[in-house]
Amino acid sequence: MNAMSQTQGLQLLNGNHAVALGVMLARPDVVPLYPITPQTPIFEKLIDLSEKGQLVTELLTPESEHSAMASAIAASATGVRVFTATSSQGLLLMHELLHYAAGARTPIVLFNVNRTPAAPWGFWPDQIDSLSQRDTGWIQLYSETPQESLDSVIQAFRIAEQVKLPVMINHDAFYVSHAMEPVAVPTQDQVDSFLPPYRPEMYLSPETGCSISAPLDQKSWNLSRRQMAQAMAGVGDLVGSVGQDWGRLTGRGYGPIEQYRTEGAELVFVTMGSMCGTVREAVDALRGDGIRAGLLKIRLFRPLPEAALRAALAHVPCAIVLDRNYSPGMGGVLHQELKSALFGMSGPPRLHGLLAGVGGVSVSCATLRKLAAEYLLAAPSPDPVWVE
Amino acid sequence: MNAPKFKASDYKSDIDPIWCPGCGDFHVLMSITKALAELGRAPKDIAVVSGIGCSSRIPAYTNCYGFHGVHGRSLALSAGLKVARPDLTVLVMSGDGDGFSIGGNHFLHACRRNVDMTYVVMDNRVYGMTKGQPSPTTEPDWDSALSPGGTGLSPFHPLVIALASGANFVAREFSGNIKASTRTLVEAVNHPGFSFVEILSPCVTFRPDEKEWKNTVHAAQVPETDDPARAARRIMTDDGMNTGILYRGNRAPYRAQVSDKVGDIAPLEAAFEV
Ligand SMILES: Cc1ncc(C[n+]2csc(CCOP(=O)(O)OP(=O)(O)O)c2C)c(N)n1
Ligand code: SF4
Ligand SMILES: [Mg+2]
Repeated sequence: MNAMSQTQGLQLLNGNHAVALGVMLARPDVVPLYPITPQTPIFEKLIDLSEKGQLVTELLTPESEHSAMASAIAASATGVRVFTATSSQGLLLMHELLHYAAGARTPIVLFNVNRTPAAPWGFWPDQIDSLSQRDTGWIQLYSETPQESLDSVIQAFRIAEQVKLPVMINHDAFYVSHAMEPVAVPTQDQVDSFLPPYRPEMYLSPETGCSISAPLDQKSWNLSRRQMAQAMAGVGDLVGSVGQDWGRLTGRGYGPIEQYRTEGAELVFVTMGSMCGTVREAVDALRGDGIRAGLLKIRLFRPLPEAALRAALAHVPCAIVLDRNYSPGMGGVLHQELKSALFGMSGPPRLHGLLAGVGGVSVSCATLRKLAAEYLLAAPSPDPVWVE
Repeated sequence: MNAPKFKASDYKSDIDPIWCPGCGDFHVLMSITKALAELGRAPKDIAVVSGIGCSSRIPAYTNCYGFHGVHGRSLALSAGLKVARPDLTVLVMSGDGDGFSIGGNHFLHACRRNVDMTYVVMDNRVYGMTKGQPSPTTEPDWDSALSPGGTGLSPFHPLVIALASGANFVAREFSGNIKASTRTLVEAVNHPGFSFVEILSPCVTFRPDEKEWKNTVHAAQVPETDDPARAARRIMTDDGMNTGILYRGNRAPYRAQVSDKVGDIAPLEAAFEV
């Protein structure tokens, strides 16, 4: 039997509904949620599944995202599995508690739909909402397709619960959240065999009588960060091994990065999320034109898989980073991260940082082909370039 | 009598609202513009501040200074605006989700602080913009796809909370009754301190049952009072459908300590010169 026929078969699903099915299969105990466009279809589908008895969980609807994350932390601390989802303003409102969740080592899984923050108001795909949570101590994954979003939710629980760090998975507003495609939905048995029930060795209970997050002296606080650093150090490998396990089970393997047609490439696009789909098409077209192009997709953004990135770009003369985000005064966040990851490397690629798709602007295959021709032999650009 | 200086249309922008046909908020917009015309201040002397929601789209549909804030924070924004520019008339527009869920805490403190502004909550007992989730004012047994079997939670009673927290003017109106809403809004703006007006405004898309409101609202039988104890007794037996002014108190409004003067905005105005 091939992997595909072991599944319930293909269903036509948008990205958000695929996430909800992944959540259902992961059997979370508590799910606090507050609605926000374009996350809402996740919320709606979870209510629907719970109403039908397919999802047995405590769906809590607090008065804001701040309260949703607070509830998530406390629920998780009692030793149960917790999921929540949000987008843009909601994620920004959670910010205070994102630090708390990571510091308290609660392995919550959060799905964020990447959307522009106000002001001005907009509902467009842009990754600055989650990228600006980079230093909160959350593991961050970025997904390209509805299928990957479903698969990543299930994997995320295994990763989070093993290292006791929360995981945030992201996909782009509308391009992924609302676009439909055929998705292979694994069976409950498959998922149960992959993701055992959560059994933490430490949790809040009357028997253990421990208290959470009491104020500490400087040394102990410092130690808490060293312990997080230790946990983070193992995440890259863990994301790889969990992704491989998933691959053995379903035929769809994953890692911290993915390389598409990078063999012998003279030019590699580096990006995350839905942009990867367009880049694949551009790469095929460029190869047809005689330009040896490839794609380096970053799936794990925090912790950044630096060694894997350096290895992937070791013999590549030119790399173009496509940032669907903008950090004012600096440029694209991914460009910034890549520069630091490649620092000191012998024979690094000529690195170009292009602000492509900021605010949800559509970047076409034709644009990417033009950019490739323009930057292939150009000197590296220290400053970010806005793509028209 | 002098001819009125302004017409309701002077307060209306040329942007077409993107509310659903039949939405109660259209009527609220009409009442607001009529009330402003009656008050007779120029659009440039009025600030309309909101949070997020269908209701909170209203600033762009007026010709006044508009501030479309973030979800739940319209009152916090407005307090800052009013203390910096006490000369402006400040209208704060919100929805039951914006004002009572995510922004619920600000409501208590705005009543307490008693800054001179008017807070209008367009209450449709649902999160309209995010497509139909129950809000704090939703009836506990409202059964829908997003609240199967009802929430079972006891609803928020905005007028009781406003009164208990120290609001200086407390009223409820129905959007469909434009004349009464206009009257009450004029009174609310003219009254010093923090005025709170709940306007029942049907969401025809996610709460079609609210189309019935036009038959169930009724003018309160008891006259308004300036005695909080009497107002409290009256509101405890309220069926949620009484309209009219409940309470008009005499508490001195918050006074801005430093900036209680008109700022020099000449350089700003020059920058906007075209
Ligand atoms: C921080 C944050 N969370 C969630 C949202 C999504 N959101 C927009 S409007 C809204 C509810 C609005 O309900 P209400 O205030 O009753 O306004 P209505 O649309 O019913 O007029 C929500 C949850 C948001 N914009 N910001
Ligand atoms: S969804 Fe409801 S509140 Fe929003 S515009 Fe439509 S009718 Fe009005
Ligand atoms: Mg509402």
